[in-house]
Order: sequence, then structure tokens, then C-alpha cells
Amino acid sequence: MTHVVECRELTKQYTRGRETIEVLRGINLSIEQGDFLAMMGPSGSGKTTLLNLIGGLDHPSSGEIVVGGANLNQLSSRELARWRSEHVGFVFQFYNLLPVLTAQRNVELPLLLTRLSRAQRRQNAETALEIVGLADRARHRPGELSGGQQQRVAIARALVADPELLVCDEPTGDLDRDTADEILGLLELLNTEHGKTIIMVTHDPRAADHARHVLHMDKGVLLEQAA
Amino acid sequence: MKLFGLVWSNLFRRKTRTVLTLLSVVVAFMLFLLLQAISDAFSSGVSLVGVDRLITSPKYSIVDSLPVSQKQQILSVEGVDAVTQQQWFGGQYQDPQNFFPKYPVVPLEYFDIYRELHIAPDELEAFARTRTGAVAGAALVERFGWRVGDVIPIQADIWPKEDGTRLWEFELVGTFTSDEGPVPLLLFQYDYFTEAVEEFGKDQIGWWTVRLSDPSRAESVAAAIDRLFENSLDPTRTATEDEFSRQFANQLGDIGFIASIIMSAVFFTILLLTANTMTQALRERVPELAVLKTLGFTDTTVSLLVLGESVLLCVAGGLLGVALAMLTVVGVGPGLESVLGSFNVSPSAVLKALLLALLLGLVIGSVPALTARRLTIVDALRAH
Ligand SMILES: Nc1ncnc2c1ncn2[C@@H]1O[C@H](COP(=O)(O)OP(=O)(O)OP(=O)(O)O)[C@@H](O)[C@H]1O
Ligand SMILES: [Mg+2]
Repeated sequence: MTHVVECRELTKQYTRGRETIEVLRGINLSIEQGDFLAMMGPSGSGKTTLLNLIGGLDHPSSGEIVVGGANLNQLSSRELARWRSEHVGFVFQFYNLLPVLTAQRNVELPLLLTRLSRAQRRQNAETALEIVGLADRARHRPGELSGGQQQRVAIARALVADPELLVCDEPTGDLDRDTADEILGLLELLNTEHGKTIIMVTHDPRAADHARHVLHMDKGVLLEQAA
Repeated sequence: MKLFGLVWSNLFRRKTRTVLTLLSVVVAFMLFLLLQAISDAFSSGVSLVGVDRLITSPKYSIVDSLPVSQKQQILSVEGVDAVTQQQWFGGQYQDPQNFFPKYPVVPLEYFDIYRELHIAPDELEAFARTRTGAVAGAALVERFGWRVGDVIPIQADIWPKEDGTRLWEFELVGTFTSDEGPVPLLLFQYDYFTEAVEEFGKDQIGWWTVRLSDPSRAESVAAAIDRLFENSLDPTRTATEDEFSRQFANQLGDIGFIASIIMSAVFFTILLLTANTMTQALRERVPELAVLKTLGFTDTTVSLLVLGESVLLCVAGGLLGVALAMLTVVGVGPGLESVLGSFNVSPSAVLKALLLALLLGLVIGSVPALTARRLTIVDALRAH
């Protein structure tokens, strides 16, 4: 099996004044294509930091990170932006939709960076909304949608450019149990039916149950890689 | 461009805020154009006619008078071809709003010197013959629907009559036009004026118009005239007509200067207000901009989106301001034309306003755009 993500001796430090905080201390991690990985760990253990590195949102202090064959260290921020738009979909805890745009136009956002025509963009956005089961809410603005529905729109947005990798930071952290289960079911579906590789950070053991693998992180190191 | 939709949608985020900001920009540009129109009117009312004419007015203030006895002395100056007098009459016709200049003049002399004014010979003759006669510029005749034979009552403010009454009645005996368009001017006989006016106004004139035999000698003739009266009770100041009009405008207050001060103050205020609003608006949107960057929008694109918003707002405000100023001019222009000569929004003023709007948008948007550009995704998302 090919590895979508390869991290070798990744470290990340933040310097605040004279103080240097070691957030990641030598992460080695390989994620296979088609995996659904849950990452758990106490608050402040570095989960989001690692996820941001894998998603190409930030550069590591040292170490190497290869995602989908691209060595992220070697990409300029402009190249990285382009790479993200083609290869990674992001889902956040607080959905992060643009409140002024309808669901449809939120989903279309990543496609504005492609050469697709207006009609094709609309078509793709509709398809993505259908996959998440919200085709009938295309014209609603985020403010008119429930939290679960907003997260579905966010997932549709992450999907629409058809990336191999979905990176989700506590996607159910702000949702009630039932809604969370729906969202997790949807992620599972994307993993099994659409072949997306998913990395999801969560604090909820039940959420982690939906994943194929669970990783535990503490104080910037990976503890185990359990099946 | 497909990103325009994004810029456009963002303006509707806080409708009230956008509308208020837009309004302040609109008002600023409307003011700008109206003041520009006024200032244009003052500088362009000064026309090129009369290059061969000088105006001799009281040295210290245009509201002083000069004695009619100066006429012979001025005529004796070498290079002077003809001289005639005018006086500022003021007064009201029916309503204080009906403002137009009224001068007592010597009919034949006046029309001889002001050759750009055209009057039918028989009407001029009637004017010269009729003691209480008056002639009016076509603009007035049209505006008030006067006809030859009408009696035009003028309530005096500066010049009451000898008998203490203030009502002057003139019989309209003719109309005149000008090469430069309809003139809003009423002329009546100086002889009648000086005879009927209260003691202090008798034999007084407001200013002389002097025709030169050789326009190229304007300066030396002007100096010679002023030298004549230098040590008299009524010193004069002689200038070309052009200069005279400009001084007139200066004495009313340097409109252009005042306008630009007001404009600068208004602009500065609006700049601060709008810039503040934009900065505030940006702060709310930091996470959203970070999301756009996450999705793959480059730093440049994101900063252009932010810049685009303020440019769009300012240019839209500028356009609306231009439109409103034009409407205003159409509405009140005709009324003001009699005071200002011309009152309209010139194409160059419109162009100036729109360029200024663009510049304003760029300046206001530059700081938020730079902030947006520098925003790092990770920090911005964390701050959320
Ligand atoms: N930009 C930064 N500057 C300074 N410190 C930072 C920065 N980003 C993260 N940190 C620190 O790095 C550590 C790990 O943060 P991270 O967000 O990765 O934790 P996390 O495991 O995602 O926690 P949570 O479960 O609360 O989301 C924290 O101690 C945090 O304060
Ligand atoms: Mg986190």
C-alpha cells in the first residue's frame, strides 16, 4: 500500500519571548492511502499543530513531511497554497463558513481557484451538496442552518475539489451526540465509498470508534498506533 | 472576474454599516462637486471679453463710490478712447430670491463700450430718450415673462429716493442679448438715478469702464489713471476687466480656497471614519480570511479582495455623489445662474472626483489589505 502521508522526525517549536515551547518532538508517522485515522490526546498535546503541518498550513521547525508525493518543505507559500487547493480538504470544529455566502457559494469557493466554468462550478457544488445530503439547502446562508448542517456544508466544501486527503480538526466538537454520529457516518462513507484518506482529531472516544486506526498523542510525541 | 462576486457579497455583511459608509462617501463627493461648481463659476465668470477695457474702481473697497466728476479727467488720459459709469444698485424685484444685477448707466455710452451686447437700434434710442426707461437682458425677460411696456418695480435697499420712498419704477423699453448668451442684467438711466436718488448718492458712481485705443498699452494707461487720483479724496484702482472680476471674487472671500479647506476637512474626516470602519470590519473577518487562505487563496488574492471592497465602496460612493451633484445642479442651477453666471458640474470635475474616489478607496483599503496579506493561517485560526 502507498503512503499518502510520511512524516520523518518532525519537530515544531514556538518561541514566545525568551521561552521556546517544543510542541512537536520528533514525529514519525506514515498514513496509508484510504485510511481513516483518529488522533486523540490531551489538550495542548500538539494535535492541531501536527494536523496543520500535514495539511500544509504551516512549516515544521525540522524534519521532513511528504504528502501525496509532494515534499512540503520544498514548496513556497504560493506553491503550498495551490497544492492545498488541489490535494487537501479541511474541516474545522466551528465550520468556518463565510456567513455572507449561501451554502452553494460556500461550497463553490475552492473552485474559484480552478479553471472550471461557472456552470461546471455550480454543477460540482451541487454534487458535493448531494453527497452530504443538503441539496435542498443550497440557497440557505450559514446563519439559517443548524450546526450539523453547517458542518455538512463545510464537508461539501472540503470535498468539492476532489482532494485525496481530508483533514478534520474536532469536526464534531461542537455538535450533540446524534448530530455528531451523522457527521461521523458521513466521514465514514467518504472514506469507504469515495476512497478519501481522512485524518481526524477528536476528544471523543466514540467518535474515534468510527475510524480504522487511533493514534494517541501526548506532549508532542505519538504514543502508540493501535488498530 | 469571478472573485468580484465575493467582494460584492462582503459588502452586504453589515448592511447598515455599508450604507452609512457609502452615504458619507456620497455626501463627501457631492459636496466636492458642488463646491467645485461654485469655485468654477467664480473663476470662469471672468470672460475674455473686454481685453481692450479697463475697470477703474475705488481703491480700497468696491462698496465705496467715486464722483462722476472724474469722467472728464479720465477721458483726458492719453490712450483712453471712451469712458462710462456704472453703479451697483442692489434692490429687490418682488422677492428677495429674484437676484440679478441692476446698473444705472448712460445708455448710448454703455452700449457703445459693451459691444458684445446687442440691442435693436430703435430700442436703444427709446432707452436713451425715456427718463425712467430700462432695458433688460434676455435671460431676465424670459425668466419673468416681461414685455416691452411693462413697469418693473424695484424696492431699493442701498439707494432710497430723495423723497424718502424706496420704490423705483422703470418702464421696460427694450431687451438685449450678448454674444456670451442671455445676460441676467437690468439697465436703467443714470440721469434718472442721480436725479431721484437720496442726497448721498447723487453724482456718485460705482466704477468706470474705460475703453483703450490700444489694448497693448493697458498697463501704462491704468497706471496713468490711478496717478491722476492718487492724492485726491477718491483714489482709484484700475485693472483690466478680467482682473477686476477676480478681485471681486476675492473680496467675496476666496471661494476656491474656502472650498478646498472645507473639502480637505470633510475628506479627512471621512477618510478616518471609513478607514476605521474598514479596519473594524476586517478584524471581524480574520478567521474567514484565514479560511480562504486555507482553501488555497494566495496572500495576494486575499489582500486584493479586501482592497477591492474599499475601492468598490468608494467608487460607488463617488459615482452616486456625482449623480446627486448633477441632479442638484439641474434643480438649483437656474436659480443660481443669475448670481454666479454659470453653475454646472464640469466633466473635468467629474473626472477629478472619480479619480479621487479611486485614490480614496486605495488609501483606505491599503492598511486592511496589508493586514490581510500578512495574516498567517495558523495564528488566525487559533485566535478564533
Ligand atoms: N502560534 C503559537 N504560538 C505559541 N504557542 C503555540 C502556537 N500554536 C500552538 N502553540 C502551543 O502549542 C501547544 C499545542 O497546541 P495545539 O493546538 O497543537 O494543541 P491541541 O492538541 O490541538 O490542543 P486542543 O486539544 O486543545 O485543540 C499548545 O501548548 C499551544 O499553546
Ligand atoms: Mg487542537
